[in-house]
Amino acid sequence: MPVVETPVTLTPSDAGLTDAEVHRIRNDFPILGTEVNGKPLVYLDSGATSQNPVSVMEAEQEFYEQRNAAVHRGAHTLAVEATDAYEDARAAVARFIGARTDELVWTSNATEGINLVAYAMSNAAAGRGGDAARRFAVGPGDTLVVTEMEHHANLIPWQELAARTGAELRFLPVDDDGALRLEEAAAVITPATKLVAFSHASNVLGTINPVAEIVRLAQSVGALTLLDACQSVPHLPVDVKDLDVDFLVFSGHKMLGPTGIGALYGRAELLNAMPPFLTGGSMITTVTMERAEYLPSPNRFEAGTQRISQAVALGAAANYLAETGMSRVEAWESALGARLVEGLGAIPGIRVLGPRAGVPRIGLAAFDVDGVHAHDVGQFLDDRGIAVRVGHHCAQPLHRRFGLTATTRASTYLYTTTDEVDAFLEAVAHVRPFFGAN
Amino acid sequence: MSTGLEQLYQQIILDHAKARHGSPLREYDGAGRVGESHQLNPVCGDEITLRAGVADGTLTSVTWDGAGCAISMASASVLTDLVQGLPRDEVIALVDAFREVLRSRGRIEADEEVLGDAAAFSGVSRFPARVKCAMLAWVALEESLLAANA
Ligand SMILES: Cc1ncc(COP(=O)(O)O)c(C=O)c1O
Repeated sequence: MPVVETPVTLTPSDAGLTDAEVHRIRNDFPILGTEVNGKPLVYLDSGATSQNPVSVMEAEQEFYEQRNAAVHRGAHTLAVEATDAYEDARAAVARFIGARTDELVWTSNATEGINLVAYAMSNAAAGRGGDAARRFAVGPGDTLVVTEMEHHANLIPWQELAARTGAELRFLPVDDDGALRLEEAAAVITPATKLVAFSHASNVLGTINPVAEIVRLAQSVGALTLLDACQSVPHLPVDVKDLDVDFLVFSGHKMLGPTGIGALYGRAELLNAMPPFLTGGSMITTVTMERAEYLPSPNRFEAGTQRISQAVALGAAANYLAETGMSRVEAWESALGARLVEGLGAIPGIRVLGPRAGVPRIGLAAFDVDGVHAHDVGQFLDDRGIAVRVGHHCAQPLHRRFGLTATTRASTYLYTTTDEVDAFLEAVAHVRPFFGAN
Repeated sequence: MSTGLEQLYQQIILDHAKARHGSPLREYDGAGRVGESHQLNPVCGDEITLRAGVADGTLTSVTWDGAGCAISMASASVLTDLVQGLPRDEVIALVDAFREVLRSRGRIEADEEVLGDAAAFSGVSRFPARVKCAMLAWVALEESLLAANA
């Protein structure tokens, strides 16, 4: 039989999105065609929350118009259809991050996912879950490790867990270029460490952290790992099995989905050994007046009536991103990130936080304007229809680390054009002259 | 430049944001009582510590340290100029009048006769996200007077 050589062709997914494609994509997002203050909206705040394509909004509406019913309860046809839609969405989102379906737990957002794990751990520390849950128990003599660049969502739940259990919270410091100082890691991640919780990509610095290296360090001391993937899952290809983390969280509203829905990934064997956080209906097998047995994951962690329509819409968002191609999204945004850093760097009096030009970063940049407060910068840009985030971006310790209380952040997504980035850069160049800063 | 932005950032505001009358914070060594207040806007990190000295029912001294946006810093500076040497009750009335204008969403024009340079902040009332910035020092003064129990 002749051997047919398949020719190696460069499929479109090997390159980034093109300008033309981005313009086509924009047509799917009605809000991007609106005006603000009489100017076309230039939306550079996707790092805070992204916009929704029509297909996502239609998925939610279609659910309410045609399938709305309680899921996993009741045997009527509508309930079966609602349950199918809900579980199909779970499968779509799980597939999107390379997880098994039973490893994806719905949450309200990333914050709730992190709290779920933190409270499950303190329940384990209180003896809940028995022997199987012992590896989640922390107490005096144990350490929890985070990083100095964490969003408050991945800091405060661990402060609270430490306070409740007597464990100690430690952190990996950040260097002047916004990278984790891994040379300190061996002193911070020790055999006493029970958990290492860190972000995949920083919402302020844009830094992409070396997950493999940190996971290796954590695993070498037997610590659990939790990855805050809020700024990675929406923007770059993520495969939980490749990353080899124990837990991973993200929010739907940052990945073209609605608010009120997010997810926690956990290795099946861990989720099934972990005591629940919220308890009540829909997460049990047998209940007596004295006690209850719990379902396996994911239902074990989904007490009460769930955010069904939002889950369905998030499934549609994951499908939209998968069809577009995450490596192409990543390449496009990485080019925008580079354009931001180079452009800002060329404006006098601007100091960009995070990786220098030429070093990989996600498609965002936070910066300080010498002599002008971030709030005023944001107001100036808003007047031109440009929406950016100002403040500490829920990362006060990180800002303090750089001697700042607030910065301005421009963050892009797959629908952001180079023209928008250029309009933003042009506007920023006028900020210091307007405020008379010199 | 659109009128909105210039209504907000009037020249007098930009000037006061730099001049910062009343700053830095100083020990009060005058007669009477002294009160202090620290105010923080957790949304943007704007911060002010203000100290007020009151003797015989008169505000004899206002000094402050602050970090924040042009609106919050200029407002503290204008406030200092406006209230030094006024009877305590008049100061309270001014704070109330200022607050009423700022919360009006543009419906109430400030009376320049009463509020002086602080009338320049009228434009802020159309930017609800910035009202707290403009109020920061005024709230600090109010609290300082309470703390001075005068
Ligand atoms: C890195 C990071 N972690 C956590 C969060 C919290 O996300 P949420 O507020 O949706 O729970 C955010 C976004 O605000 C984020 O950027």
